[in-house]
Amino acid sequence: MALLEVRNLKIYYFTREGVVKAVDGISFSVSEDETLGLIGESGCGKTTAVFSILRFVVPPGRIVGGEIIFEGRDIIPLSDEEMRLLRGEGIAMVFQGAQNALNPVMTVGKQISEVILEHESITKEEAWERAKSQLELVGIGSERVNSYPHEFSGGMKQRVMVAIATACNPRLLIMDEPVTGLDVIVQRQLLALTNSLREKMRLPIIFITHDLSVIAETCDNVAVMYAGKIVEKGDTVSLYKDPLHPYSKGLIGSYPSVRGEKKELKSIPGAPPRLINPPVGCRFYPRCPYAMDICEIEEPELKNVGDNRLVACHLIK
Amino acid sequence: MALKGFAGFAIRKVGAACITVFAIVCANFVIFRLVPGDPLRMMFKDPRVSAEQMQLVRERFGLDKPLGEQFLHYLRELAHGNLGISFWQKRPALDVIADRVPQTLLLIVTALIIAVILGTILGAIAGWKMGTRTDSVILTIALSLYSIPAFCMGIILMLIFAFQLSIFPLGGISTAASGFTGFEYWKDVAWHMFLPALCVVFWYGGEYVLLTRSAMVDALGQDYIITARAKGLKESAILKNHALRNALLPVVTITGVNLAFAVAGIIEVETVFSWPGIGRLVYDAVMKRDYPVLQATFLVFAVAIVLANLVVDLIYGYIDPRIKVGGEE
Repeated sequence: MALLEVRNLKIYYFTREGVVKAVDGISFSVSEDETLGLIGESGCGKTTAVFSILRFVVPPGRIVGGEIIFEGRDIIPLSDEEMRLLRGEGIAMVFQGAQNALNPVMTVGKQISEVILEHESITKEEAWERAKSQLELVGIGSERVNSYPHEFSGGMKQRVMVAIATACNPRLLIMDEPVTGLDVIVQRQLLALTNSLREKMRLPIIFITHDLSVIAETCDNVAVMYAGKIVEKGDTVSLYKDPLHPYSKGLIGSYPSVRGEKKELKSIPGAPPRLINPPVGCRFYPRCPYAMDICEIEEPELKNVGDNRLVACHLIK
Repeated sequence: MALKGFAGFAIRKVGAACITVFAIVCANFVIFRLVPGDPLRMMFKDPRVSAEQMQLVRERFGLDKPLGEQFLHYLRELAHGNLGISFWQKRPALDVIADRVPQTLLLIVTALIIAVILGTILGAIAGWKMGTRTDSVILTIALSLYSIPAFCMGIILMLIFAFQLSIFPLGGISTAASGFTGFEYWKDVAWHMFLPALCVVFWYGGEYVLLTRSAMVDALGQDYIITARAKGLKESAILKNHALRNALLPVVTITGVNLAFAVAGIIEVETVFSWPGIGRLVYDAVMKRDYPVLQATFLVFAVAIVLANLVVDLIYGYIDPRIKVGGEE
């Protein structure tokens, strides 16, 4: 039994111009010692998809179908209060853009201890001590417990976010573009921290990014999203070595390799489709170099092609 | 920067306030030399007063001297706490003002406290419930109250509650020749103060509702609110500790600036309700071209506003942790 099982999830935004099918029937699962990467261009629905795991879908958006089963319980029908108790305690999240994700007028110690006090019956002093040890855990040092967010650098703020997210020992951590906007050295340090936490706390993580190298460094498995759908899924190493879906190929081909031969980088022509009126057949069809007649008419299903590899493409038999 | 921390911040702010006050003192002198009209003509309307007698008075008030000399004289006397003699009441301008200060403070402080508390609470609720019926009701009422000028609101209130319904008095601060003492007297004052205070509360409170609401809406859209939600905090905790705490920062800032507008409001309200405070004094002094009193009230108002802004700045440095360090970096 997987820790998290998302089945045929559909999230639509009901806007004035029409229904935006931001997430249109995706399924994935995360087991107890797995790190899953979710990759795709901006606007492909990856953030919407994981926000729904915390039930953070706000109007005009709505979860219109599917199930999100966490620890054997579908969270979509849960009451607001049940959902609140799960947030921070069962499922925690680190957001992109730590610059503004911390309250500017509250000390980081208070921001960390706040979440512990909410979910555990301990005294303020104990929570404060826990906040200090959380700061140590993320490599900041407990003496900074009384500092305010503006006294920290961007990387340190993101570490504080990790300290907050892991404060209650959640069973699942979601990281939404945690290193976007940080310089590469800080990115590296943060990824190293994530990896060490994962091992120390045996913490399953869903990692969202548009950066392939970030996934390569952290994730066991990866799912590639395009226009609200998962187009390919598999373990990171084999998917990177041998991408099957034309979109994955394009994505991986557009990245330079440091050690390999020098090739010209390929880009994918065109732009992702508008999700109000997506193409009828394969959503990648208008940009696909291998497009066939059938791609225009029939939407390919996500098929298992062996080795835990799933692809949604008519080319793959 | 040589000065560090809160002390340095405070010293810089106080220094800036002193410079501002000096600039106001200079402007105050210049303005009254620029206004058209001769105060002596107002003092002596009697055509029998001869030109020699006028000249004598002019010399006595030092108005025959060159401007530069007058200015130095003005500064010297100011330093000694002498703001001139009221043309109208023939006694020191400062005494004239001092008689009026307590009444104004009583009215404005009471009304402002009520307005700020009510306005902030209602504004926070409206911002929190943005887009709902509660929000529309609060917003509509606040906007209507804020857009009606204080004197107009005063007349409307007076017409309804004092004239038609006769629940409250038409004006003044206490019932004349009533002989009330102690508690009875204060009850009488409160009864007289109700309408003018309500007028200030409506006008000022409406503004605070609008201000707090927009600051609240802004704060609620910030990323740290999503972080707070992701922590699984209760809605009340998110509202209080995260949204309101941040929304109050701009509200505090505006309070200092707004005091300047409160001066205008107090002149209108006191005049409409014949409340014997500084606002009413300004009105009378303008009518009688009592320059020394006007000059002195302007100075008192200006210093009060500068002081209020100084206090706001110091409070701000205390409630927003980013400010103190901001001065050093």
